[in-house]
Amino acid sequence: MSKILIKIDGREFEASEGMTILQAAKEVGVEIPTLCYYEKLEPYGGCRLCTVEAEIRGRSKLVAACLYPVEKDLIVRTRTEKVDQIRKMLLELMLAHAPASRDLQAYAEEYGADKNRFQKESSFCIHCGLCVRYCAEIKKKEVITFVDRGTNREISFIPEIASQECENCKECFPLCPTEALQAAYVLTQALSFPSLQSVTE
Amino acid sequence: MARINSAAELEERRLGILSKRDPNKLCIAVCNGNGCSGRNEGIISVFTEELGKQSLDGKVDVRATGCHGFCEKGPFVVIYPEEICYTGVTLEDVPEIVAQTVVGNQVVDRLVYTDPATGEKAVRQSDIPYYKNQTRLLMGNNPMINPKDIDEYLALGGYAGLSKALFEMTPEQVLEEIKKANLRGRGGGGFPAGSKWETTRNAPEKVKYVIVNGHEGEPGAFMDRALFTGNPHLVLEGLIIGAYAIGSHLGFIYTRHDSPELLANIRTALKQAEEYGLLGKDIMGSGFDFEVEVHFDIGIFVSGESSALMRSIEGKAPEPTPKYIRTSVSGIWGKPSNLNNIETWANVPQIISKGSEWYSTIGTERSKGTKLISFFGNVCNTGVVEVPFGTSLKEIVYGFGGGIPNGKKLKAVHFGGAMGGSLPASMIDTPLDFDGLAKVGAQIGAGALMVLDEDTCMVDLARFFMKFLSEESCGKCVPCREGVRQMLNILTNITEGKGKEGDIELLEEISEVVGEAALCSLGRTAPAPLLGMLNYFRDEFEAHIKEKRCPAHFCKNLQ
Repeated sequence: MSKILIKIDGREFEASEGMTILQAAKEVGVEIPTLCYYEKLEPYGGCRLCTVEAEIRGRSKLVAACLYPVEKDLIVRTRTEKVDQIRKMLLELMLAHAPASRDLQAYAEEYGADKNRFQKESSFCIHCGLCVRYCAEIKKKEVITFVDRGTNREISFIPEIASQECENCKECFPLCPTEALQAAYVLTQALSFPSLQSVTE
Repeated sequence: MARINSAAELEERRLGILSKRDPNKLCIAVCNGNGCSGRNEGIISVFTEELGKQSLDGKVDVRATGCHGFCEKGPFVVIYPEEICYTGVTLEDVPEIVAQTVVGNQVVDRLVYTDPATGEKAVRQSDIPYYKNQTRLLMGNNPMINPKDIDEYLALGGYAGLSKALFEMTPEQVLEEIKKANLRGRGGGGFPAGSKWETTRNAPEKVKYVIVNGHEGEPGAFMDRALFTGNPHLVLEGLIIGAYAIGSHLGFIYTRHDSPELLANIRTALKQAEEYGLLGKDIMGSGFDFEVEVHFDIGIFVSGESSALMRSIEGKAPEPTPKYIRTSVSGIWGKPSNLNNIETWANVPQIISKGSEWYSTIGTERSKGTKLISFFGNVCNTGVVEVPFGTSLKEIVYGFGGGIPNGKKLKAVHFGGAMGGSLPASMIDTPLDFDGLAKVGAQIGAGALMVLDEDTCMVDLARFFMKFLSEESCGKCVPCREGVRQMLNILTNITEGKGKEGDIELLEEISEVVGEAALCSLGRTAPAPLLGMLNYFRDEFEAHIKEKRCPAHFCKNLQ
């Protein structure tokens, strides 16, 4: 495989073809924040927190590091003023939904994001899709899925399948950066496992 | 009907169709377009009935055609060969038309178009100023074609462009001709079609696809439907020529689920073209194979976005994916996929038939040809017009649109729907041009022009568009879903009298992040209408926030 010479935050690196900026940065030891990324899953590009500045032949653009493939003469800047400004606002937007999320709070501290900046709408879910994609890509079950679109988008377990699959799996739980997944599961549990419900009561 | 196996056989077929026609036979053409079909239901059957009563069945043809474009005055009835044109025809008018015009060869005066400005009457359709002043290269054949009959398209010279491409030109020459014509995509971006074709053609993967984007989700855009429903073979011919140039053997037509007439006409057209050997294996004996599949969406705005559309064709949810590798290199199932919209494909046959040199004489320096514009809102006439690039917006709004009703003043025109831009009345002399309009912040988009009078509140309009996007964003990425949500919150507060100092600056800050960080072009252009309005109508936003006053007297909480 051919090697591609790139530069990330001033450090030169020989990347291999097909690598993304995020993968290359990891090799170089440059940390790029992510929320919807998980190495076992296809990159998704939903949270946009990994937005970086990519310069090719003198032209700069903002791209999602988890998806952007490395190319010849690529120069990446991961902490410019612009990038930080974008990350700060993205965090503030997500904190309006999940103000208590530890992952979000840790990033908020680093980027100076104010969790009270936007009108709160505590749905807890930030739609990173980790649970949905894990269930579809790794478990091949599609028990949990997105329903509706736009601002009405939600995650939802399908009770008929959940009653068969979830009780002994729950592998998606530790992936959730907020508490939304557990909340959705509790609701489904009530629908899917009425017998368990009566025991816990 | 037998297959056509050569260019000569196509011409023979054409002559055969024409020779069977009596040029003096009367033909009653009734527009059955989207705008009129609600109002003209039954007109066609009453005509047939009435002709039967007069023992004229078989002696007079009745033709259900696509949209004629002047929807305000529809339904239109045009009686050929004299082209006598009646507007706003009702069921009750039919017996009189048959008795007076068909039998008695007299014009029914009260149904003839009268120009409201001059009081002049126009008996022939082409004498009505609305039609006379257009350049109807694409829409012109709509009144003369029954979209369900391929012979009517052939009679008017149909598939001559395809024949020329297949038998007289190499794929490279076809591509070169489109590039020289500088045909630019009519779906929104104005990207040169030739360059896109070339990228797909040169992409290393052997299997390539061509796609008609017939989604037309832009609110207020109805010209593509009018064209495709009324003249489906025109688009199909363009698609086959494009496939030949690109080296594709499978095409997709992606369209709306909610236009049954359009779907029916597309399916009929495909079937007839295949029977005639104009589609399928060994087209017209040229050795070129090309097939077409029809897909339709489930009514989601974002499925018109190219990458979402391609996911939808793959059978997945229509969610945009990043285009760091262009779809013309890696599209449907990772294969090079060339997507153009209906109007772009419809331009192709004439460029091949008449040549790029002819095409280049129409339009402006960098925007060639004509553009279909659908206009609506606070304007006297609603309809579709086809005008050369370079026509001023004033001509469209006042010339074709007939100006603003109820003695009101024009406040602004808005192009491009929820991701477009508004221009104040003072800029009405701006000519129609991709780059010129983009420069002043009003991307043509697909060509839907909304006319706004002085009673329009621009803040509320911005809120309306944001509400639309909050429901129509796919919801995948944070900047679009959450940025739009917060901008909608802020705009709603402003229109309800709860605006605060700093709101405008916050809107601008969110807009910047959404515009730069969103995943797809829907998200990145979502703030465009708002930013345009903040540019040209900032004082209105300030009046709402600082003085709790709505200058247009529209917002109820601010009266």
